[in-house]
Parts: sequence; C-alpha cells; structure tokens
Amino acid sequence: MEISIAVLSAGIAASAAPLLLAALGETLTEKAGIINLSLDGTILLSAMTGFVIAARFDSLPAGFAAAAATGMLSSLVLVIISIYLGQSQVAVGFALTFLCRDLAYFLGAPFARTAGPQLSISPIPLLADLPFVGPILFHHSLVVYSSFLALPLAWFFIYHTPQGLILRCVGENPEGCWARGIRPRIVQAAYTLIGGALVGLAGAAFSLAIKPGWGRPQGCEGIGWIALALVIFGGWHPLRVALGAYLFGFLQMLGILLQDVFPTIPAQIFQVAPFPLMIFTLVLIHLGRNSKGKKLLLLRLLSGNAPGSLGKNYRQV
Amino acid sequence: MIELRSIHKQFGTVKALQGVNLRVRPGSIHGIIGENGAGKSTLMKILTGFISRTSGTITFDGREISLKTPEEARSLGIGMLYQEPLDFPQLSVLDNFMAAAADGNPARQQQVLARLCEKFGFELKPKACQEKLTVGERQQVELMRLIRDKCKVLILDEPTTGISQEQQELLFEALKKLRDEGTAIILVSHKLAEIHSLCDRVTVLRHGKQAGEQERPFDEKGLLQAMFDTLPTKSSRPAQKKIGRPILRMDTVSTKAGRVGLHQVNVTINEGEMVGLAGLDGSGQSVFLQIAYGLLEPEQGRVSTPVAEKDVVMRVFLPADRLREGLIAGLTIREHHLLAGKSPFFLTAASGRTTAEQAINTYSIHGTPATTAERLSGGNQQRLLLSLIPEEARLILLEHPTRGLDVQSGQWTWQHLRAHLPENGAIVFASPDIEDIMEQAARVLVFFNGRILLDRPTDQTSYREVSLAITGRV
Repeated sequence: MEISIAVLSAGIAASAAPLLLAALGETLTEKAGIINLSLDGTILLSAMTGFVIAARFDSLPAGFAAAAATGMLSSLVLVIISIYLGQSQVAVGFALTFLCRDLAYFLGAPFARTAGPQLSISPIPLLADLPFVGPILFHHSLVVYSSFLALPLAWFFIYHTPQGLILRCVGENPEGCWARGIRPRIVQAAYTLIGGALVGLAGAAFSLAIKPGWGRPQGCEGIGWIALALVIFGGWHPLRVALGAYLFGFLQMLGILLQDVFPTIPAQIFQVAPFPLMIFTLVLIHLGRNSKGKKLLLLRLLSGNAPGSLGKNYRQV
Repeated sequence: MIELRSIHKQFGTVKALQGVNLRVRPGSIHGIIGENGAGKSTLMKILTGFISRTSGTITFDGREISLKTPEEARSLGIGMLYQEPLDFPQLSVLDNFMAAAADGNPARQQQVLARLCEKFGFELKPKACQEKLTVGERQQVELMRLIRDKCKVLILDEPTTGISQEQQELLFEALKKLRDEGTAIILVSHKLAEIHSLCDRVTVLRHGKQAGEQERPFDEKGLLQAMFDTLPTKSSRPAQKKIGRPILRMDTVSTKAGRVGLHQVNVTINEGEMVGLAGLDGSGQSVFLQIAYGLLEPEQGRVSTPVAEKDVVMRVFLPADRLREGLIAGLTIREHHLLAGKSPFFLTAASGRTTAEQAINTYSIHGTPATTAERLSGGNQQRLLLSLIPEEARLILLEHPTRGLDVQSGQWTWQHLRAHLPENGAIVFASPDIEDIMEQAARVLVFFNGRILLDRPTDQTSYREVSLAITGRV
C-alpha cells in the first residue's frame, strides 16, 4: 500500500484538530492558575449538544455555538464552586467530568445513531492546488483551519499582549496581582470560561466533523485526559502543547496504517496503542529534560515550569 | 497629605489595631517602628487596600477615601514595597516591571526601566529571569515600577531585610531623592539606626496601639521605652570558652554550588568556639554551612570530624527560611516535638503534649501545643526551632539566626545560644549584621566571592577591617 507523506500529514492535521483546540483551551485556563479536570466529560457533553442542536435546527453554526455554550456552562460550575466558593479544583473537576459524561449518554440516548449534518471539506481556492503544501494545509474543514489559527493566536496573546502578561501573572502569583490593582478571581474566571468554550468547540469538532454522529461510544472518549496530559508535558507553552497534539495525531494515523500491514494482530490493539505510546513518548521527553549535563536543543525547547499558583485557590483577604 | 484616624482592625477575635492615628506630609519620610506583631504591617496593608479595615477613616488631601481595594489605592498613587516582594519569579524582569502597567509597549517600557535604573544607580538586566535575582534586586524592580506609576505615597515594609549593605545604601539614596521630589514616604522598620538616618518623624506602635510619636531629633531612650514594656539590655561579648579539640575540618574544599561557589576553603572549627560567618548575601556562607551539615557534597576536597573516631558528631542546621526549610508550616508545636523525638507506636492526642508544654515554658513560646508553626510569629518560630535541637547536638549551624526578629527576640536568641554552647561542641552562624558577629562570636570568617578572605578572633580585628574584607579589600 502506497501512502504519501502529504496524505499522512493531512490526516494528522485533521485528526489532531479537536485535541489541539481542547489542549489550547486548557492551557489558557491553567496559565491563569486553574486546573479544569472536567475536560473529558465536557468534550463528550458538548459533542452531544453540538450534534443534537445542529440536527434539530439543521444548522452547523448553531451546533458549534451550542457546544461552546455547553463547555462554558460546565466550566461555570468550576468557577462558582472553586474560584468563588474556595473548594478543591481537583475534586470539583473529577466530579464534573463524570457528571458530564453520564449526562451526555443519558440525554443523548434518543439521538444515538440518527442522521445529522456534517461539516464538509472546504478547500481554499488556489492555495489548495499547491503541490504538497496544498493538501496538507489547505484542503480541510473549517474546524481544522480554526485549529491552525488558534495556535499562533494563543501563543501571541499569551506572550505578546498586556492582557496575556496579566494572565501569566495571575497564574504565577495572584497576591502580587491583587497588590497591583488587578482582580485575580475575575481574570481566573474569565480564562476558565474561555478555556471551557474552546473545549466545547473541540467536542463539536468531533461530533460534527472528525467523527461525525452521536452514539455510545462516540469515539472521542479519553481525548480529554490526553489533552490534560499534553498541557503538563508541553510545559504550559502553546507551541509545545501543539507539538504533543500532532504527535498524538501521528500515533493514531500510524495505528490505522499498521493495521493494514499486520492484519493478524487484533484491531483493538491498534486502536488502543496510541495511548500507551503517547505516555511512553512523553515520559522519554520528560526524562531527557530532567537529565543533567548537556541537553539536546529539542529537549531544551520543551522545558517549562508550571504556573506558580496552579491548582491553589486564591483567597482574598 | 494622607491622614488615618482611629483605625481598628480585627482578625477573628484578635485585635490587631486599636485606634491608630497617622498623618504623613508629602516630601517627608515617616518612620513606623515597633516590635514584631505590633501591627505595623497590618496598618500598611490597610493603607494600600490590600486588606480592609474594621473601622476608621482615611483622608487624602482633605478628601475622605474608602480605600477598600489596591485598585483604588493605586489610582490615588499609593504604592507599597512588601517585605516579601510580591512579584512573579518565573517571568522576566521586564515582564515584572510591565505587569499591569497602563502602557503595555515592551520597547517603551524597557526604555523607561533603563532610564529609571540610571537615575538611581541600579543595574538590572531586563531579560533576566526574576527568580535569579537577589532579594535586593527584586526590590529594586518593584521600586522602579512604583516610581514609574508616579507614586505619591510610598510605603516600604522592612525594606532592608535580606539585602546587602551596598543595596541598602542605593535604596536610601533613592528614598532621599524621592523625598526631595515631594513623595510622602512611610518606612516600616524595627531598626533604630534606619529611623535615625532617614526619618523626619516617627510613630511607635505597641500591641496594636499608638505608643508614641517624635519629630527629629529623636530621643532614642524614649523610643525604646515606647517600643518595649521592658528595655532590652545590650549584652557584652561573652567570655571566651576553653578551646578544645578540632571538631570539624575542611581541607581545600571547592564546589560550584550556590551563586559563587566555594573555592579552596581550609578551615578548622574547634570545640568551644562560637564562629560568625560574615559576607554579602550569597558570598558562600550558605554553601559553607550546607557542606558542614552534609546537605551538599563538596566537588573537591575533604570534610572530616577529627574528634570523632567512634562517636558521631551530631550536627543540626537552622536555615534562614524558617517556615519553609526549618519547620513544617501546617504542623503544630506538639507534632514538631513528636517528629523530632522518639514517638510512640500509636499517636494519640496526648502524645508529646508534655514535651511540647515543657518546651513552651522553657523557651517562652507564645502558643499552645496545638498552635501550628505558620501561626507563630518569627521570633516564636525561632524559639520553636531552638527547642527542637537535641541535647546531644555538638555542631550547631545557623543561617541568619535573628533574621526578621525584633530586638528582644534577637537578644533572647543570642543569650540562649551562648548558654547552650556545648562544652564538646561548637556553634557556627552566618549573619549579614557585622555588629552581631563582633558582639556574639569569638571568631569571624569573612566570605567574599566564595573564598574566605579573613579568619580571625573577633578581639584581634575591628569592625572596619571586617567591613572592608566583606567588599573584597584586605
């Protein structure tokens, strides 16, 4: 079987798009010092609402909007209970992820395996016809384009705007921000909600584009946890987080390809393989980062520290 | 002109401030002096809106202001340099300078920073990571930021804690310049010398109440009387104990650890000695103590305990950051004693209670066995640490033993250490305060750039010689 690099790369870019959106959303949230562990459940719930609303109103934009709203609603629970009422972010996040998952299966049951709209490929005129680069970058659905756009935007916002500086400061030391006349809890709440919206969009990206349709399982289960791991191993830096997302996409594509090469091996192995492989790769990167002596350039690029007050609730005196 | 009238603040049942009045004129430096826990920091945090007051009024240029948030204080031009810099360690100096600035243009802000640095003689690299800076440099970044924001009332909370002599001189010069430009400056301190050299007026706080106010020239005795219930007595240098066998020897010890490392150190500490380590912050004293204790392995050279052929020399180390490195913030006094001693197999609420109560009595710690370390004041934390030193300890190593302590707690600590200098052991302490070393120690080692420049009995050297050696001149 012949597989060109271009086709493979295009596949990676497409399959990594929702993961990238979710991981960037979580990066923004964690940069403000808040851990939102509800990712996995939220993705599933917004995949369901996105699909149901899009099918009911026969409108893709309505579906995506509903999914983003669902993501925000779910993170609003975290905002109220953790940021404003001071309860543990980890406990609330865990409870929330399972609540959202069960809610998604329960409310979505009547719509399982029903027909619904699907986001089509919209090649960009002229650019899509470029050799090699065209199929990789410019022959996708809007979801993939928006993931391409979200990445540099997030990076630029975090590191090159005054608002991004405030975001980093709040995650680093909310007390210091309070002393400078910034209200840390409002900033934290805002980025938890924005992060939630991006996670919601990731859910709709699954049910309306990458793995269209709704059912149990939907096919996006587990992605939320991978996104959470990517943020940590990516050192809270959007570019490194993106690198991780594409690595995961590559492993997924590899599984599909190898399935054809080794037909005797059960298919389940290839479906599950990306997850342990991802952990293995990340551990390798991490070990390299912690080793003493000279570091490889790549490893040096990958190093990063957690925001100083990550996971701690800020209490105003 | 800023004026505070009958300020009260209550934390739960604790009355931190009870009807304090304060009036500060522009173009003057106003000192706030008092013991630890007198309410100085609380009063200042109220003035910046960082914490809210229980009652009382504040007027600024004759207008009453609510001052409930730092936002409001900032818009009025009230800024504060906190004792522990409230900055962002992982970000760059420039980012720290720019955070929440009205103008977020990095290029322009970098120019502003460079201009201000030049004006005040500071040397700061804008791209450096804040984490790598000394406390004094971090303070400079904060100060520059407040000056950029056209601060009209500048509050400094114990600004000379943990900074070097040179940095202190630069800071004082800067403060004088700012005063002459019309800034109202409030200086919180417990060091009389600072009040003398800088302030035009001083307010004394004691137990949350106003205990006195003076115009320059100050009457030192009156100030001390207002600060303390009983006057602390200055202790004379202790009689030299009999010097015994060598207890710790370092042969050509070198390492790259710390900011400047340690180079070719040859030292022998003998039984009965009280040794003071002098030097600018980070000149190798901490690394020396860590190697002596065994926290760090030297890269070259040998550390030995000649006196001990069979028996082990028990060492203890009391680090400068008491709450983070010495104690466990959330554990109670009783639990600390349980951890340090032999604890029974099962722990009940009563285990270790008597030991803890004994320690509280003999070390006069203000707390109960159930008080957690983080709720003790600095002086009481130090007393708790000292109470945890086992009797068998023969080499006691201390880093800044009186850091952040008021005069009385400091005196108490020195007296205790001298009384407990073991016959067959030694005490080695690092201190940024030359006077403390000259008064308390029998021998001084001066560190400069990771080397020992001077090693002499304190009665054969002078304050001047030591202070010159600290800056590298012998």
